[in-house]
Amino acid sequence: MIELKEQPFDPLEELQVFQEKLPAGKYGACCNFIGSMRDFNDGHTVSKMTLEYYPGMTEKFLDKICQEAREKWPLLDCLIIHRVGEIDPNESIVLTAAWSAHRDASFAACRYLIEELKHRAPFWKKEDTDSGDRWVSENTPSDQ
Amino acid sequence: MNITVKFFASLREQIGVSDTSLSTDSALTVLQVWQQASGQDSMPENTLCAINMEYVDVTAMAGDSDEVAFFPPVTGG
Repeated sequence: MIELKEQPFDPLEELQVFQEKLPAGKYGACCNFIGSMRDFNDGHTVSKMTLEYYPGMTEKFLDKICQEAREKWPLLDCLIIHRVGEIDPNESIVLTAAWSAHRDASFAACRYLIEELKHRAPFWKKEDTDSGDRWVSENTPSDQ
Repeated sequence: MNITVKFFASLREQIGVSDTSLSTDSALTVLQVWQQASGQDSMPENTLCAINMEYVDVTAMAGDSDEVAFFPPVTGG
């Protein structure tokens, strides 16, 4: 399942609600990644951020990477939630999660979901910093 | 034929328009769509392109009722 949210969300609550709908006793592992907004970036204080997206294509792309993950690993299910619009520091930006019978598939799938999202999903961040507005030009590499 | 064109994020601000449309007698490459819609000969480095919400390269062809989008490198997550 994928979802875009214009309002703040609690990733732990979302995980619990989603997991309760999965078949009890069938999953033995859940890995998740939660990305939150920092109040600093690239040497500047950041007071607010706006996340733009491409309505239609963004949802389609997130559905696609969930489907790809389910083809690559034996998953019970996976979940992506992403904020759009105005975001304040410390709010959650993104949640990816994958459930499987054993840990290896859920670790790998969760990493796949967040890396594909960061490299290919059409979202763009604009930061409100102490030196004015600026578009974030690129994401940090996956080893940082 | 009619082609819908969309620009996002920093490209939208640079070009000054979010949506426009082109009327053309024949199909156009994505690069030709860029040139006609933006008024600029060359596309900024690393620009990403999509037709009907699927990634394509600049040589892909766009035809009647297609939606062509241009945007900078993505920065979600």
